Amino acid sequence: MKFTLSWLHDHLETTATVGEICATLNRIGLEVEHVEQLGAQLEPFRTARIIEAVRHPNADRLQVCKVDTGPETGEVQVVCGAPNARAGIAVIFAPPGTYVPGLDTTIKAGKIRGEVSGGMLCSLRELGLGQETGGIAELPEDTLPGESYADFAGLDDTVIEIAITPNRGDALSVYGIARDLAAAGLGNLRPFLADTVEGTFESPLRWSISYPEACPWVLGRMVRDVKNGPAPQWLRDRLESIGLRSVSALVDITNLFTFDLGRPLHVFDARRIKGDTLTICRGANETIRALDGKDYIVTAEDCVIADGAGVQSVAGIMGGAETQVTDDTTDVFVECALFDPVHIALTGRRLGISSDARYRFERGVDQAMPVAALEAATRLIMDLCGGEASNVVSAGAQPHWQRNAKLRFERIAALGGLEIGQDEAVEILGHLGFEAKSRDEVSVTVAVPSWRNDVAQPVVLDPASTLSAERCMTLEKSVARIEPECDLIEEILRIRGLDQIAAVPLPPVSVVPGAAMTPARARVALARRVLAARGLMETIGFSFVAHDEAEKFGPAPESLRLLNPIAADLDQMRPTPLPGLLAAARRNTARGWPDLALFEIGAGFAEDGQTTIAAGLRAGRSPRRPGEAGETMTFLTAKADATDVLLSLGISPDALTTATEAPAWYHPGRSGVLRLGPKTVLAAFGELHPSLLRDAGFDAPVVAFEVFPDLIGDPKRRRKAAPDLSALQPVRRDFAFLAERDTPVEAVLRAARGAERTLITSVSLFDIYEDSKLPDGQKSIGIEVTLQPHDTSLTDAGIEEVSEKIVAAVFRATNATLRS
Amino acid sequence: MSDDVSILRQECLDALAAASGHRQWDEIRVSVLGKSGRLTGLLKQLGRMDASERKLRGAQLNRLRDELTRAIEARGDELEAAALDARLIAECVDISVPVPTGRRGGIHPVSQAVEEITAIFGAMGFAIAEGPDIETDWHNFSALNTPEHHSARTDHDTFYLPAEADGRNRVLRTQTSGVQIRTMLGNEPPIRIIAPGRTYRADHDATHSPMFHQCEGLVVDRNITLGHLKGCLIEFLRVFFGKPALPVRFRASYFPFTEPSMEVDIGWSRKTGEIGGGEDWLEVLGAGMVHPRVLANCGLDPEEWQGFAFGMGIERLSMLKNGIPDLRSFYESDVRWLQHYGTDPLTPALLHEGF
Repeated sequence: MKFTLSWLHDHLETTATVGEICATLNRIGLEVEHVEQLGAQLEPFRTARIIEAVRHPNADRLQVCKVDTGPETGEVQVVCGAPNARAGIAVIFAPPGTYVPGLDTTIKAGKIRGEVSGGMLCSLRELGLGQETGGIAELPEDTLPGESYADFAGLDDTVIEIAITPNRGDALSVYGIARDLAAAGLGNLRPFLADTVEGTFESPLRWSISYPEACPWVLGRMVRDVKNGPAPQWLRDRLESIGLRSVSALVDITNLFTFDLGRPLHVFDARRIKGDTLTICRGANETIRALDGKDYIVTAEDCVIADGAGVQSVAGIMGGAETQVTDDTTDVFVECALFDPVHIALTGRRLGISSDARYRFERGVDQAMPVAALEAATRLIMDLCGGEASNVVSAGAQPHWQRNAKLRFERIAALGGLEIGQDEAVEILGHLGFEAKSRDEVSVTVAVPSWRNDVAQPVVLDPASTLSAERCMTLEKSVARIEPECDLIEEILRIRGLDQIAAVPLPPVSVVPGAAMTPARARVALARRVLAARGLMETIGFSFVAHDEAEKFGPAPESLRLLNPIAADLDQMRPTPLPGLLAAARRNTARGWPDLALFEIGAGFAEDGQTTIAAGLRAGRSPRRPGEAGETMTFLTAKADATDVLLSLGISPDALTTATEAPAWYHPGRSGVLRLGPKTVLAAFGELHPSLLRDAGFDAPVVAFEVFPDLIGDPKRRRKAAPDLSALQPVRRDFAFLAERDTPVEAVLRAARGAERTLITSVSLFDIYEDSKLPDGQKSIGIEVTLQPHDTSLTDAGIEEVSEKIVAAVFRATNATLRS
Repeated sequence: MSDDVSILRQECLDALAAASGHRQWDEIRVSVLGKSGRLTGLLKQLGRMDASERKLRGAQLNRLRDELTRAIEARGDELEAAALDARLIAECVDISVPVPTGRRGGIHPVSQAVEEITAIFGAMGFAIAEGPDIETDWHNFSALNTPEHHSARTDHDTFYLPAEADGRNRVLRTQTSGVQIRTMLGNEPPIRIIAPGRTYRADHDATHSPMFHQCEGLVVDRNITLGHLKGCLIEFLRVFFGKPALPVRFRASYFPFTEPSMEVDIGWSRKTGEIGGGEDWLEVLGAGMVHPRVLANCGLDPEEWQGFAFGMGIERLSMLKNGIPDLRSFYESDVRWLQHYGTDPLTPALLHEGF
C-alpha cells in the first residue's frame, strides 16, 4: 500500500516528520517497506531570473544571459540556446555539478564558443517532468530567485510504501492509516464526512440479489448527462504519485475511493446495460471479457453481476469490458456493495485475477460505509463531470456487524506482559474506534467498530478429529471468551508499542536442563560427526529429485510425486539421498575435483513413511603420495564408513553379519548389507552399479553406503561389568586355512572366534591370497587368534587343545582345512 | 712406579687415545686386561716374588689395573657415543616431507546452525521435537487457524501430493508448525520445544529455495506472557550472534496462528553487513502468543493454557552469522564451498566450550 505524505495530511492533522511517521508505522504493525523522497533528484535546481539577454558574439542561435540566481550565489553568466530566453522571465537554473535527469548528464562550468557559462537554464523535460518543447520553462512573474525548485513546485512530497498484514483490511486506505497513526498519538484524524446528494429522478436501474451469501448488500445510483474525459490535474497527480495510471475522470474517481477510503466502487456505462435490473447472482459457465481484456469463465461458485444480456461484472473483483465507461459515456451507474471475503478470495484465486478491489474485499471493508461513500462519490462525479443524480437504489440490507468485546484489565499484563493504566487502555481503544459500552473495576466492554472485521469474529474451530464433540463445545466456548480479549490486548500492545513490554527470562524448568535431543536425534548428530571426521563432506540436497532418477534408487510411487513441482526434474520425493549425492559428485567431478567424499543425513521417502538415512559416496582416486600411486575407490572404504558409523552408534562389528543382499543400485558382486540379527538391515554398502555410473558419466568406480539409524534402539543404561584385566601374557597363534574361493572370510573368522569362548579374545585376518600354487579354486586365509589365559599360564598342551578346536570349528563351518 | 709398569701404563693410555673404533678399543682392552693381557701377565708374576717385593709391586699393579679399567671404560663410552652420533647423522631424513593429515570433512552450515540453536534453547529448557515432511493440510494449515480460503494460505506456495485414500490432502510442510500441533496433541503442558527441519515452498529464485530449513519453537504453560517471549528470544539472538548488547526490536505484525503477533528485528549496518552495528534493522524472526483457536484445535483450553511460538529461517540466520551471500549455494554441494563454510566435526556446538 503506497501513499504520499501530502495525501496523509488530508486525513491527519500532524506536525510529525517523515522519520517519526515511519517509526510509528513500524511500531503499530504497518511495516514500512520503502520511503522515497520525490523531489530528491531535483534538489539542486533553483529558481532564477534572467536580468539581461544578448546575442552571443560568435553564434546566432545562442544568447548570453546574466542570471540572478538568488542571494546566495548572486549573478551568473549563462549561455543559453532556448528561443524564449529573454530578460525579465523567471526560470529554472541548474548550477555546475547538477545532474540533469532528462539529459542524463552533469552540468560543468566552462566556455561555450568563447563565452563563460556558469550553469544551465532548463526546460521541464530536462528535469524529467514533462514534454513541453518551447524552450526553457517560464515560471510565474512573481517568482523569487534562489528557492529550491522542488519546494517551489510542490514536488517535495514523500512516497511511503507499507506492507499491510492480511488481517488489516481497515488499513488498506490512506484514511485508515491516518486513523491508526492518530490513535498512536501522532496527530488528529480529520473525520470523513459526506454530504448527501438529493436524487432528482427515479433510477431507471434496479438491484436484485439472488446470491446473498456472496453479497449481502448493494447500493447504486445513476448520474446522467455527465461528461467524462481526462481527470483534473490534482486527481491525476494523486494517483500517479502512488504509481497508478490515470484513465478518465470517472475511473479515477473509483480508484481514488479505493485508495483514499478503502472503498472499492464500480461504474457502469448505464446506456450499455440491457434491461432495467442488475442481478447479483451465481455464474453459469458464461464467458466474460473483463476490464483487463481477458476472458474468464464464471461458474456457479462465482458471484457475478448480470443484466438482461448476461454477465457484466465479476462482482467485487473486476468489471466487464462491455459495460465499462468511456469518454463517450453520458449516463453512469455507480455500484457500491459489500461482498463476502471468502467468496471473493475463492473466486479471485479460481480465476487468477488480482485487483485492488479483490484485495480489499477479501480482507473485509467497512461494513457501515457504503451509504456515505456512495454519497461522496456522487458528489465528486457531479463536481468533476457534471450531470444530475438519481435516487439511491439498493438490495439486501446492511449486515448486522455490531458486536462487543470484553477485556479484563489484568489480562493485559497476564498475557501481554504490559503494565498499563486502565484509563490509558480504554483511551487507546477509544481512539481506534472501540467505544466503551460498560466498565467496572476489573473490565471494560467495548463496541467493535464497523471497519474492524478482524476483531471478535465468530469462532470457527477445526479441532483434531480425536477430540470428543463435548470437549469441542467446551473449547469453543473458551475461545469465544478469550479471543476477543486477545484481539483487544493486541490493539493496546501495538499502539503502545511492543518495546514498552519488559523482557522477562523464561522461568527455568530445572537449574541444569536435561538433554535437548532425543536419543534418536543424538545418534544422527553423532553419525554426522563421525562421517565428517572420516573425511566426508556434509551436503544438503533437495528432498525431491527427478522421477526417473529416483526410480534408479528404489520405489518411486505416484503417491510420492508432487502434483505441482517447481521443475520437471524436482517432482519425486527421493527414496534415499543417494541420487542427489551422485548428481553432486558428477558436478564436482566436472569441475575437476579429483577425489570426492560426500555425505548427507536426511529423509528417504517411502509409501509407508519417511526414514532417516545417512548416505555417503566416494568417487575419484585417493591422493598420490610417495609410494602410493593413488587408488580408485573400493567397496572396502564404503564398508568401513558404514561400520564405523554403526560402531559409534553402539553396534559392535562382532554383532553384525555381512550378507550379499544389497539393493539393485549397487554392483551385484561388490556390495552387501550389514545385518543385526536375522532380519534387521542396518546398512548397505558397495560399488554403485556400473550401468548407473555409466549413465551419470563416471568411468571409475564410485562407492556408496546407506546407514539406517532409525532402526537402532535407544541405549540401555546398564552398568558395565568390571573388565577382566588378566596379569598373564596373551598368546597369539597364526593359522592358514585353505578354503573354497567363494568362502566368505567372515565365516572363517566367526567360526574361529566361536571355537572356544573363555580363552579366545580376538580373531583377526592378516592375509588372503590366491595363487597358482594353490589347488584350483581355492584361496588361503591367514588369521591370528589371541588367547588370553585368566588364572594360570597356558601350557603347550592347552594351546594345542584350543588350536584343534579352532581347526575343527572352521572346517565344520566352511570346509576349510589347515594348510600343511 | 717401575719402568715396565709406567711404560705399560703410557702405552695403554696412548693406544686408547688413538683407538678410533670399538674393534680397536676391544683389542686394547683384551691386550691389557684380558686373560693373556700384559697387565694380567704382570699380576700373574706376583706369586713368584717375595713378600716385601710382592706387596710393593702388588699395590702398584692393582692401582694400575684400577686406573686402566676406568680409562678403558671411559674411552669405551666415548667411542660408543661417537659411533651413535655418527650413525644418527647417517640416518637423517628430510623432515620437510608433508604428512597425510587424516583430512577431515566438514559439517554443513545448516547442521551447524541447528546444533547451535539447539544448544542455546536447550540451555533454556527446550527439547527438540520432530515430525514428518509430508503433512496433511490440517496439520500444516487448518489446525493453525489458516482455513482453506485464508489469504495467508495463498501467500504460501504449497507443494501438493496426491490425496490420501481417505481424501485428506497431503502437502509438503510449508513450516514446521505441524510439529507443534503434534506436540500439543500428544503431550500435556507444560510444553517447551523447538522443531528444526526441512520446509518447502514452490518458489525458486535468488532469495528463495523450494526447500529450506526452519526452526520453530513453542512454549505452553499457565503463566507465560509476552514478556517471556521477549526475554527468551533476546537471549537467544544475543548468544547466537555472540553479541551481548545486540539491539533487538519487536514490531507488531500478523500471523493466523498467533495473537498478538510480531516480527523481530536485530540491529545491523546495511552498508557493512555488520550485525549489531549501524542504524538499520533486519528482520530475523516471527513470533507471537499462541492463538486461542490453535490451542483449542489441539485440545488445550485457552482459558487454562497460554504460551508463545516463534519461527526462524535457519539458512537466513546462518547467512547473517557467517556472511554467506547466496541462499542457493547451500544446496549446490560444491566441495569448495563446503570446505570454506563447513565446520570441523570435532568442534561441535558446546556452550561450555563456546561457539
